[in-house]
Amino acid sequence: MAVLLIAEHNNKELRPFTLNAATAASQIDSDVHAVIIGQNSGDAAKQLSELPVVKKVLSVEGAHYENFTAENFAPVIVKLAENYSHIVCSANTFGKNLMPRIAAHLDTSQVSDIIKVISPDTFLRPIYAGNAFATIKSNDAKKCVTIRPTSFDPCESTGGSAPIEKVDASEEFSNTKFIKREEIKSDRPELGTARIVVSGGRGMQSGDNFKLITEIADKLGAAIGASRAAVDAGYISNDHQVGQTGKVVVPDLYIAVGISGAIQHLAGMKESKVIVAINKDGEAPIFSVADYGLEADLFEALPQFMEELNKLNTIQK
Amino acid sequence: MKILVAVKRVIDYNVQIRVKEDGTGVVTDNVKMSTNPPDDNAIEEAVKIKEAGKATEVVAVTVGEEKAQETVRKALAVGADRGIHVKVDGILEPLAVSKILQKIVDKEKPDLVFMGKQAIDDDCNQTGQMLSALLNWPQATFASKIDVKDNKLEVTREIDEGLETIEINVPAIVTCDLRLNEPRYASLPNIMKAKKKPIEEIAASDLGVDVSPRLEQLKVEEPPKRKAGIKVANVAELVQKLKNEAKVI
Repeated sequence: MAVLLIAEHNNKELRPFTLNAATAASQIDSDVHAVIIGQNSGDAAKQLSELPVVKKVLSVEGAHYENFTAENFAPVIVKLAENYSHIVCSANTFGKNLMPRIAAHLDTSQVSDIIKVISPDTFLRPIYAGNAFATIKSNDAKKCVTIRPTSFDPCESTGGSAPIEKVDASEEFSNTKFIKREEIKSDRPELGTARIVVSGGRGMQSGDNFKLITEIADKLGAAIGASRAAVDAGYISNDHQVGQTGKVVVPDLYIAVGISGAIQHLAGMKESKVIVAINKDGEAPIFSVADYGLEADLFEALPQFMEELNKLNTIQK
Repeated sequence: MKILVAVKRVIDYNVQIRVKEDGTGVVTDNVKMSTNPPDDNAIEEAVKIKEAGKATEVVAVTVGEEKAQETVRKALAVGADRGIHVKVDGILEPLAVSKILQKIVDKEKPDLVFMGKQAIDDDCNQTGQMLSALLNWPQATFASKIDVKDNKLEVTREIDEGLETIEINVPAIVTCDLRLNEPRYASLPNIMKAKKKPIEEIAASDLGVDVSPRLEQLKVEEPPKRKAGIKVANVAELVQKLKNEAKVI
């Protein structure tokens, strides 16, 4: 039986992690169908049909799907599930919210946040904030799997031409009402997919001081991250949080500034290719994962860092 | 309004996790255990709602071995009225836990069920959503703000793109984020008082729920270690290394 991928989108276009989830789905079985549920999401459905790994697109439209409410999405997927061996989506807040609702309806024990497909029924996943890796075999007839997007490369996004099939909408779930979404708009790259991330922690001491980080991020074309401590203190909004209960990032370069390196933060960034730590406490645990550690006062180091960057003639974006 | 809060006993968040040499799991002997941190937020929120006069009773429930009762006792010490301990040995999957909680909900008939959004041991992030599916109740996951309004809740959720606000009708499930509130510490008099509060013990086997595992944990291993890095003397050296050695800028 084929694998059903749940596409994540904003009704206009696919969200980038759908491509990573598609790669994971295709590693489970080459026969990948993708379902897209939304309102006026035709353009996103077309985009989905162009992914070469997707063999068929199922499109479900309805006003009650506009805001991706799990209570409305789950019945559609549960109904479709009878034709599939696996249901797959990203382990971001979209998939984390949705997949368990599907799994419980299907009486399936979900496998969350996998980082590797070992075989169609066996997966590798981090536990204890990434301090251990567990190999898990699912004995359920139908498997619900969420994938850690940064552990799978995005699939090709063009060249495919899968047929798009309309599927009937389910009834609206009337006990949940969407009110509003406050998205922080930014011209910077998305944290989850950025090539460089510059993150600040409690050591930044204030929200204003984050401008030292913003400046460098803009110079490098980087996304801005933060530790939970910095978000809790109100220095920066929650969508920047990197860690066990925030986002997991795997950039080419991660620069941790004024972050001590609690295991909960390391869980979100320690797979980064190159890690830089700038901290005045030479004993801070962040240095244990850093390729390059600089023991210095960040209020002196960051302006110098900016100066040095300005001296470099070409910055590769 | 009656609020049921589910709490889980996990390895304390400050403990450095060690993987067992035989690959069967992580070391739990002589390791400090605590309530799962966001479950503390769930208890705190329920108690605050009661203190604001919007709830009449807060019941704490845990599912687990003998010692799991400590987490219920702690909940009682910070303001829960009574406790329920569903006794079961071994590790249950979230699906099994949600089926047990469904039975407790059937019995207790709460208006709201709160719990942490994720347990920091298995990092599954499933139980609340699964319970709401089984009950066909609305779910507000990753809550960082809850406003109780008559028979509705307005909940702000932390999502990857920022914040989302939804309104859900009671009865409902809320899974709590760490930023929902600042859990209080139990005072000594309250710890003493909590010892007198009742905890009902129920054997999981009496609930008629199939909790047999569906997943096999074949192996637990250490994650690959990063190779040791170096300390640089100054910013100029750092930028040179990033440019010429790591070639990332």
